[in-house]
Amino acid sequence: MLNRKDLLGIKELEVEEINLILDTAAGFKDVLGRDIKKVPTLRGKTAINLFFEPSTRTRTSFELAAKRLSTDVINFSVPTSSVVKGESLIDTALTVQALGADFIIIRHSSSGVPHLLAKNLRASVINAGDGTNEHPTQALLDAFTIREKKGEIEGLKIAIIGDIAHSRVAKSNIYCLKKLNAKVRLIGPPTLIPKETKEIGIEVFHNIEHGLKDVDVLMMLRIQMERQGKGFFPSVEEYSKNWGLTSERLSLAKTDAVVMHPGPMNRGVEITSEIADGPNSLILDQVTNGLAVRMAVMYLLGGVKR
Amino acid sequence: MINLLIKNGRIIDPSQGIDGIGDILIEAGKIKKVRIQKSKFRKETKNTDLKILSEELKTIDAKGLIVMPGLIDMHVHLREPGFEYKETIKTGTIAAVKGGFTTVCCMPNTYPVNDNASVTEFIIRKAAQEGCCIVLPIGAITKEQKGEELAAIGTMKNEGCIAFSDDGHPVLNSLIMRRALEYSKTFDVPIISHCEDLTLSENGVINEGLISLTLGLNGIPSEAEQIMVFRDISLAELTGGNLHIAHVSTEGSVEIIRDAKKRGINVTAETCPHYFSITEEAVRGYDTNAKVNPPLRTKRDIEAIKNGLKDGTIDVIATDHAPHHRDEKLKEFDMAPFGISGLETALGLSLRLVKEGILTLSQLVEKLTLNPARILQTDKGSLKVGNDAHIVIVDGNKEFKVEAEKFVSKGKNTPFEGWVLKGMPVITISKGRVYEW
Repeated sequence: MLNRKDLLGIKELEVEEINLILDTAAGFKDVLGRDIKKVPTLRGKTAINLFFEPSTRTRTSFELAAKRLSTDVINFSVPTSSVVKGESLIDTALTVQALGADFIIIRHSSSGVPHLLAKNLRASVINAGDGTNEHPTQALLDAFTIREKKGEIEGLKIAIIGDIAHSRVAKSNIYCLKKLNAKVRLIGPPTLIPKETKEIGIEVFHNIEHGLKDVDVLMMLRIQMERQGKGFFPSVEEYSKNWGLTSERLSLAKTDAVVMHPGPMNRGVEITSEIADGPNSLILDQVTNGLAVRMAVMYLLGGVKR
Repeated sequence: MINLLIKNGRIIDPSQGIDGIGDILIEAGKIKKVRIQKSKFRKETKNTDLKILSEELKTIDAKGLIVMPGLIDMHVHLREPGFEYKETIKTGTIAAVKGGFTTVCCMPNTYPVNDNASVTEFIIRKAAQEGCCIVLPIGAITKEQKGEELAAIGTMKNEGCIAFSDDGHPVLNSLIMRRALEYSKTFDVPIISHCEDLTLSENGVINEGLISLTLGLNGIPSEAEQIMVFRDISLAELTGGNLHIAHVSTEGSVEIIRDAKKRGINVTAETCPHYFSITEEAVRGYDTNAKVNPPLRTKRDIEAIKNGLKDGTIDVIATDHAPHHRDEKLKEFDMAPFGISGLETALGLSLRLVKEGILTLSQLVEKLTLNPARILQTDKGSLKVGNDAHIVIVDGNKEFKVEAEKFVSKGKNTPFEGWVLKGMPVITISKGRVYEW
């Protein structure tokens, strides 16, 4: 079991804890391959999905993970809640806890919200993405997927491509992959890569052709359309021309390179359909593995001890 | 009316160049006599040494204590009118007096904004009735602090405003700022600038750097402050106006101000205790009590600010006392308001500068009395004979632990919770009352 109440981010985790989660997830992945995909491990526990931002895959994945562990799960969606009546975040969370939640799975547009809840609640808080801080379960499922395909993460050349500055997925992946001793590099325009990343010893490439040379893993990030017109890049078309992943560019990487994307994809913008649906793509494996990893996280945290 | 003899204290009054052991006689609420012992050897003074008119004379033995003019804080937010749930003139001035301040200048970002004489009049009347110390209001530079049209600076000055500032809402339009610096010359009042290029700081909530990246919070680069410091100094040079830079937080700002002073430009500057005491590290763990604007910076900036205090580039230490309600700070980091409740920790934090050898005690007192008094052109912050007795007696060796719950201010928002500070007021004499702590 993990010796902590909450999963707030990868930066707080020890390497041993990351490995424990990945090993445990492997066991759960076997369960998911069976005819009867449900285990009684967390029967009687309650999980609440507290999502303040739109999400389909992460929320569904957590919901299904909870159900596979026999945990009751409630989806709390903001548009129908008291939040629109002006209830404060902390009051909403305390209310949800008073309903008997063992797990609060939180997504919020403000960084640090899971930390605020963790400090003020007894329930296990699982960060399902906070602002531009972290999205730890995404990084864990990515690591799981890479390990599954490549056997070992240590020493792999991994490129993260796109809007690093606004991506919690990129941040969690950087922490996770560095802890597992991969060689991480970032590719994107200078406006989307914080200059401080160099201070922590990560290679940065602004030219994708240079950056993709000999890499083992390509992790694409979604380009958020709302960044357009804010001065980060002139237009989606220009971004796509300069940093979009095409077959020609992919051919610069190792021949057995794999391509990942956390979704939702902008086909034809950061990635062509040819690659997304092609033999190097692990995009759907990521989704399947997400379920196993989230089961592992919930199982290892265990919920409120009574 | 108080009659009081303060005996054998170390009296420090930079306005008269005093630093020595001596006695102060207060008669009918006014300073009647200040006597410094000439001898280097401490001699106990007997009551008969001073001619006393009153029969019932209370004596305070200040042996081993520091006696100084009541401190001036030229940058506080008292929140009244409009935000009484955060602080009131009453509670804010009690906090001031507890912190050793007997004069505070309150910023105009109230509701309604102090941008016209009737609000000024309200604040002054309320402060006269309920304030524990002198309150000198600061009027808005522009109507509603919108940065568009000048407020009635002359009328507000006549009503009692001592300076003008759009604190919290920097005047982005350079032409309006130019006009403010020009126009205010008639009334000989300082324009206090909150230097922040809002187009650059955008949605920033903490200092931009590795920590903002690590926490996933939007950063405010030092340049957002420095660009405006440079702009306002340029405008002060252009107009000959009277510019005071509020809450300096960066190395670059210190350098720009130092250079401007060398060139003889009419500019003064203040910093706050948090900018020389803690860095952006305090924000880790998403502590909203360390969310302040300008944001806490780096070690390098702290060093530069200390040097600026030492060489006189920074004239004043002010608190930027910004009390907020607990519920407002118990929020998403992005949503929580900026500000630190500073009145009750300022002196203890500032005395650390003396211990570190950055400032002499006398220099520190200067930055808390004489210098703000000069900038504001007030006779407060001085022990001159004939002045109202506003005095603080400090025990430089008394330690206290910062516990927000024990603050008398309504604002419990401090990033210094649990710190042990040395040096606190034991007696404050303010507005004819003697407060013992």
